[in-house]
Amino acid sequence: MLSIANILNSFDVWLNKLLNPTLVMLVEMALIAIFAIALFAVLGLVLVYLERKVSALIQIRKGPNRVGPFGIFQTTADTVKLIMKESFMPDSADKFLYKTAPFVVMITAMLLLAPLPFAEGVQIWNINIGVFFITAVSSLSVIGILMAGWASNNKYSLLGAMRSGAQIVSYELSAGMAILSIIVLTGSLNLQEIVLSQKDGWWIFKGHIPAIIAFVIYIIAVTAETNRAPFDLAEAESELTGGFHTEYAGMRFALFFLAEYINIFIVCAIGATLFLGGWMPFHIGNWQAFNHVMDFIPSSIWFFGKTFGLILLIMWFRWTFPRLRIDQLLNLEWKYLLPISMFNLLVMTLIAIKGWHF
Amino acid sequence: MSKLKAPWQKMENDALLNSLQTSFPDAACAIGSDWPEIDIDGSDLLTLIQKLRYDEQWTFDYLFCETCVDWKTHFTMVYHLSSTKHRHSVVLKAKLDHDKPQIESLVGFYKTADMLEREVYDLMGIEFLNHPDLRRLLLTEDWVGYPLRKDYEDPINMIRL
Amino acid sequence: MHQEIKTTPSGDMVINVGPQHPSTHGVLHLLITLNGETIVNLDPNIGYIHRSIEKMCESLSYRQFIYTTSRMDYLSSHMNNHACALTVEKGLQIEVPERAEVIRVIISELTRLASHQLWWGSMAMDLGALSPFFYAFREREMITDIMEETCGARLTMNYVVPGGVMMDLHPDFQKKVKAFIVQFKSKIGEYHDLVTGNIIFQNRTKGIGMLSKEDAISYGVTGPAARGSGLSCDIRKLYPYATYQKLQFNEILETAGDSFARYMVRMREMEESVSIIEQLIDNIPEGEFQAKTKAVLKLPKGEFYTRIETARGELGVYLVSEGGTTPYRIKFRSPGFSNLSALNHMIKGHKMGDLVAVMGTLDLVIPDIDR
Repeated sequence: MLSIANILNSFDVWLNKLLNPTLVMLVEMALIAIFAIALFAVLGLVLVYLERKVSALIQIRKGPNRVGPFGIFQTTADTVKLIMKESFMPDSADKFLYKTAPFVVMITAMLLLAPLPFAEGVQIWNINIGVFFITAVSSLSVIGILMAGWASNNKYSLLGAMRSGAQIVSYELSAGMAILSIIVLTGSLNLQEIVLSQKDGWWIFKGHIPAIIAFVIYIIAVTAETNRAPFDLAEAESELTGGFHTEYAGMRFALFFLAEYINIFIVCAIGATLFLGGWMPFHIGNWQAFNHVMDFIPSSIWFFGKTFGLILLIMWFRWTFPRLRIDQLLNLEWKYLLPISMFNLLVMTLIAIKGWHF
Repeated sequence: MSKLKAPWQKMENDALLNSLQTSFPDAACAIGSDWPEIDIDGSDLLTLIQKLRYDEQWTFDYLFCETCVDWKTHFTMVYHLSSTKHRHSVVLKAKLDHDKPQIESLVGFYKTADMLEREVYDLMGIEFLNHPDLRRLLLTEDWVGYPLRKDYEDPINMIRL
Repeated sequence: MHQEIKTTPSGDMVINVGPQHPSTHGVLHLLITLNGETIVNLDPNIGYIHRSIEKMCESLSYRQFIYTTSRMDYLSSHMNNHACALTVEKGLQIEVPERAEVIRVIISELTRLASHQLWWGSMAMDLGALSPFFYAFREREMITDIMEETCGARLTMNYVVPGGVMMDLHPDFQKKVKAFIVQFKSKIGEYHDLVTGNIIFQNRTKGIGMLSKEDAISYGVTGPAARGSGLSCDIRKLYPYATYQKLQFNEILETAGDSFARYMVRMREMEESVSIIEQLIDNIPEGEFQAKTKAVLKLPKGEFYTRIETARGELGVYLVSEGGTTPYRIKFRSPGFSNLSALNHMIKGHKMGDLVAVMGTLDLVIPDIDR
């Protein structure tokens, strides 16, 4: 059939006939780099527009509807405006760190694209420690935030960056425990194998109660990790300052802004892969007829559908709940989420050993 | 049909006036337009307030308005007191000298007097003795003059209609 | 960029909040002394919007000065005008026709509702929930539309004259007010579901900003802020004016004294206002809407004091007259002024994030404080 995997395969065969293997590898690496950057740009535009429309819907108003039909070129216009703004730098800022910080955050986000399976057979890098790679690399974004806060030479920025850093580091633990609960069931860290193991049903259904608890904890933890409301104290305008990105303007600010939305996409994609089956269609056990019907919908649509479903959920949170104070936020993590997720992991291990899952 | 003074108010006022007249024979007490009024000199303020605040038959614990009127020959500090227990009110007027207006501060009795007295100092120039933090409130620190006085002149900012 | 952060001798940091700040709702400058994240002292620096209304009124006639007061507490502007008109009527011994009194009370209660709705939306917005603001304004728009048709303006409705109201009611008035009441009653449940019942909101307001009853009396705090501490101070009940003595309504009191109690007082007051309007809207008496008064008003020599209950607390108008056509001295006892003086006491020992919660429940409008 005309699946993405087949197209990519035939393209690879054609390229191999044309050039020698080393050159083929270089060309493919260049193409993937272009694809990653293009995906970023497009995703950034789409997600910002989606956020504005979703917030408008919840707040009983229309979102952008002037620039282009239904306002779809609004984000493009905003990006052009940001590019044309003067990217000034405070005089006493640490020049090297100040300029590198946005790139650190962007690069960690881009690296996380590598092990994700977008569709059946479409994966940039199929390593057998995929989940480990993801959790390790996502921890590196804290460095970028702390660099930004420190390099701005602004006491309030530093305060905001340290609060942000504390928040991210704390919630990584719960997110990691939730991910581990699923790994216990699958027995493998390879993302492709995890998706394939959900052929007879998604883990959130097969793992029943502990998997649902792990999913809820995961969603809360990643909302906190990406500094989204209700955990966005570090960048709240009605508190002291605008957080670690106060002193950034123009294109550098746009990079931080885009990186936040890409991070949301990445963590939702991981959640969809681990809990909701990734590109695997909705199968129920061995109901062959039903499964065959579900298979007609292409796997890339399944993947993006699930991811955007989770993104909409996280956006919904932002416009509904008030903000938590910093001490309530850390309270929630260390006194509630972490013990619950550890206990949940134990229960899941027990279930995996005894084979009480579906 | 608007009742200008409720009948219960008049009875209360008479009883209150009697009790005030018996307790403070030196001060001039009369019924003003709404409530009994006590006219005293500025130096007698603290003794009177001490009794009005803590005496069981009155307990005027709520200072709801404190202001000053410039009568050109003298100043009058006007205090409106009310009791949350007995629900009666009284007006206290203290006469002050025009050239050097000074009076005791009531911050020890009513915490609301803190900002109210700062405002009177700022706009009228009355000096409150023993006020914990007497400085200008509404105008800038380096403003010269007291605008609400009748003899205040400001050729740039004031427009006489 | 050289930053000057002032420090006190004990090493605490002094920072500025405002005057330009999204959550102070007006130009309020607070100098906060911080020890780490804990607030040690709070010093308000007011006067940024001081327009010397009291001095201005000394050169305006008795018909004119009423309209400068709309700009004092602009969210309850009709009630400010009402207070001034009551003072002038007290001085001239004018009897206001019953129809005018009832109209004044209905518009007052609608203004109180509009003010509380704006308060609810902006308090939720300050705490981070951005959507309730739009829901509050959806209902408030209905009230401002009614005001625009009846009084001519949406916010500073100059509708009151000494002796009554300026013009008669719009013919569609009753229908529109009834439609608004139906809409409001169906949505108040939504308000409670969205914000009041939210556990994050409750954690941010319960136990924050305690004010005891004795402190409320001593600081002169009035209105819903004092009723949240159990102090019975509703002027509409204690010293009734206009037609309030004939109406059935409850004075809402809560005893907890924290921000959540003050929040609940205002929410229930909204429901009480709706019940007052319902009692009056079908029984507006026929008659004159304005008593006959002379063109130029001259109050006799003396002093007159009026107390009314605005959305924020007790407003007092103290008028000293020397027998001329303009007042000799006017003093406006504004509720926000005394409420602000209690803020330092309430916020000591709390964190910076709680400042927003406490200021939200005090419902300060800065032009009311500065006059």
